[in-house]
Amino acid sequence: MPDDAIRCDACPVLCYIKPGRTGACDRYANDAGQLIRLDPHVVLERAVSRGDDVVPFLEKAREWDGTLLAGGDTFVTAIGAGTTYPDYKPAPFIISSEVAGVDMVTVVTEGIFSYCGVKLKIDTDRHLGAECSTVRAAGEAIGHVTTNEYGSQMLSLGGVRHLTGGSRHEGVATCDALLNLCNRKAVELKIDDGATVVVQADKPPVVDGIQEERMRVGCGSATIGMFAKQWFGKVDEVVVVDDHITGVLSEHQAGKLLGVPETGIKLKGRRSTPGRYFRVAEPGTSWGGTNIDDPLSILSTFDPKAARPGMRLLMVSTTGEHHAYFELDDQLHPKERQLPEPLRESVARIRENCEPALCTVLFMGGAGGSLRAGVTENPVKLTHSVRDALTRVTCGGAPVYVWPGGGITIMADVSRMPENAFGYVPTPALVAPIEFTLKLSDYAALGGYMDHVRPLSSIQEDKDKDKDKDKNKNKDGLRRIGARPDNPWPLPSEKSAK
Amino acid sequence: MLPDSRRLHLHDGPIDLIVEAFGDAAEVRAAYRAASIRFETVLDELCGELTLLRRPSGESRDREIATGIIAQRMCAAVEPYAAKIFITPMAAVAGAVAEEILISMTQASKLARAYVNNGGDIAIHLANGEQFTVGMATLPNAATYQPLESLRAISVSCENAFGTATIHHRHSIRGIATSGWRGRSFSLGIADSVTVLAETASMADAAATVIANAVDLPGHSAIRRVRACDLAPDTDLGERLVTQSVEKLAHNDIHRALAGGCRVAESLRASKLIDSAALTLQGQTQIVGGQLSPHAHEIPSSPMISAQRMLVHA
Repeated sequence: MPDDAIRCDACPVLCYIKPGRTGACDRYANDAGQLIRLDPHVVLERAVSRGDDVVPFLEKAREWDGTLLAGGDTFVTAIGAGTTYPDYKPAPFIISSEVAGVDMVTVVTEGIFSYCGVKLKIDTDRHLGAECSTVRAAGEAIGHVTTNEYGSQMLSLGGVRHLTGGSRHEGVATCDALLNLCNRKAVELKIDDGATVVVQADKPPVVDGIQEERMRVGCGSATIGMFAKQWFGKVDEVVVVDDHITGVLSEHQAGKLLGVPETGIKLKGRRSTPGRYFRVAEPGTSWGGTNIDDPLSILSTFDPKAARPGMRLLMVSTTGEHHAYFELDDQLHPKERQLPEPLRESVARIRENCEPALCTVLFMGGAGGSLRAGVTENPVKLTHSVRDALTRVTCGGAPVYVWPGGGITIMADVSRMPENAFGYVPTPALVAPIEFTLKLSDYAALGGYMDHVRPLSSIQEDKDKDKDKDKNKNKDGLRRIGARPDNPWPLPSEKSAK
Repeated sequence: MLPDSRRLHLHDGPIDLIVEAFGDAAEVRAAYRAASIRFETVLDELCGELTLLRRPSGESRDREIATGIIAQRMCAAVEPYAAKIFITPMAAVAGAVAEEILISMTQASKLARAYVNNGGDIAIHLANGEQFTVGMATLPNAATYQPLESLRAISVSCENAFGTATIHHRHSIRGIATSGWRGRSFSLGIADSVTVLAETASMADAAATVIANAVDLPGHSAIRRVRACDLAPDTDLGERLVTQSVEKLAHNDIHRALAGGCRVAESLRASKLIDSAALTLQGQTQIVGGQLSPHAHEIPSSPMISAQRMLVHA
């Protein structure tokens, strides 16, 4: 037998594997003499245990330095844990650890989610597409536009109807887009009769080639409400241009309460309530998410009964990105003038109050199916336990929101998960890590696989033992990365909690 | 169960099965239970006799006899070829496993239809009056070939299939298998895929291997071959050269290679070892058997494999 081949003992086939090749299963491989599981198993470590206040995510990734993994500072994620089939077999890793004197069990598996998708929040006021419009990736329908949230456009992508309910091309394109979004890679989306937008978790959206910088501070009416006091006395009239609701200071309730006098201003568009106008222009990518470049184009002639020469007018967008200052001449025509210093400050204040525009990717999936059988012989008890908050569910260590009602339908922010936490199977469906953590006693009560529970340190010991026996063995293939301090897992141990 | 709540996924080591049964819900449940129980020991049974099963069929026959039921089925499937060519029982392992799991299901319950798909080697069950339509999908072309893509190609849907075969219960076909150099196991030939319909899955598996090996252009410069033992030290193929890549071939070369495969397929068909076969090489497909005629309107007595994209030679 050539001595550069190694023997895999992951299953009874006991393949000899040459460097750079995989075994018969395509799951274990020989990487320069090391037997590796193709997706390394990720262990999160509590950063504070090393005496650091904040450890940037992944920065402290390093080789094992000889110390044993210990206690609650380490949490085993499901990433690379592998799956077990059939599901009635216990999950690949059922791990006990002691946190604050309580024995905890974490059942770790990678779930295959056919029922899954992404809820995408894109911080922009620019018009991306009408509600229900189809969202495409690689030309295939992978989701749709839902609604506007405050300062953001919402898309719903993926889901079982695109993954497996349509053509194979549709399924593959959907799976591909979801996988990339969840692994925090950029994806270009084309909305029917709308914009082309490049989205990436935690990065600003790029709408039709232009990168979005800021979210609006609020709608035009809200902006009047927030800044009316700061404008009062420094300017006679303010118009906050916004595609949704354009606000007018003198007519707005906020101006009325301050005693701002009428100015005779007339706006185009449809008046909603005093000082609030819908549809002053068409949606677009200019002033306040409208299509206008000249703000005066939304004004009609001033009413001479109220207007007077010399009156001061500020027009500004909801991000402060666009602004202009005018004074009325003797014919009551607005003439552009340089913005006075006090007003410059207030425009800067609007900008300061705008948060950076980002894309946010929430993974959503249903874990109420058969993967529960890898946790307990009595699957519905796991559902109940999650519902009663006895069992904590996490995705790659990140917190999840468990939707009320039946089943275990979860949402998780992919930006809080380790890099490349997601995989796929050709069904097509996404493979996502999922961990269930609960008290050892609760685990026994819900019919857990008590004889498969192994101490946390055994994962490291396996590697240690194998190293003594044969330097080529590294079956569990640990990848140690720093935990995010803002994630619920791993729990801090008492020592490091101080 | 897979998340669609219909299909059962069984996985152990290199064995990966997709199982689906159709019929009364209680019967389907019982069938899945039986399949799961049977599956538990399959890999261990095979590994126990692995040395024997990796030995060329002609050699081992006199000295040792396989004890496991799956191993025996593997040996039986390759036996007809043993005298003429090199073959080991491993050529039929996938089909034989699929067959065994299917049998465990049909013995445990009464099903209308069922299939066990072991990475493309498929055992099927059809009750009276039932039928299955099976699609054959193309692999991505060599230029865009990536491991990722090849995985996806395995998920077949009818609309993407270049050919389909409808198998009715009255046909004596209960096995489908596909072999080719792009697959997970090594091939001595250059066929992108050879799909075979035969009486049993293990027979189809062995025949697909044999026919795929026969689609070949010995000594052709566009074909890169490597000794099997240099890739996998424990392979049953020893120092035989296995295909690693095939560059674009001239049209007459493709035709010549396919013709070689078709001759073998015809002889297997004459010996009743297969019902029909579809041989594909670089976008060209040839069909053997199946009484195929692109213009036939009468219901064929054997399932018709229709190939929409390419010239068809019966």
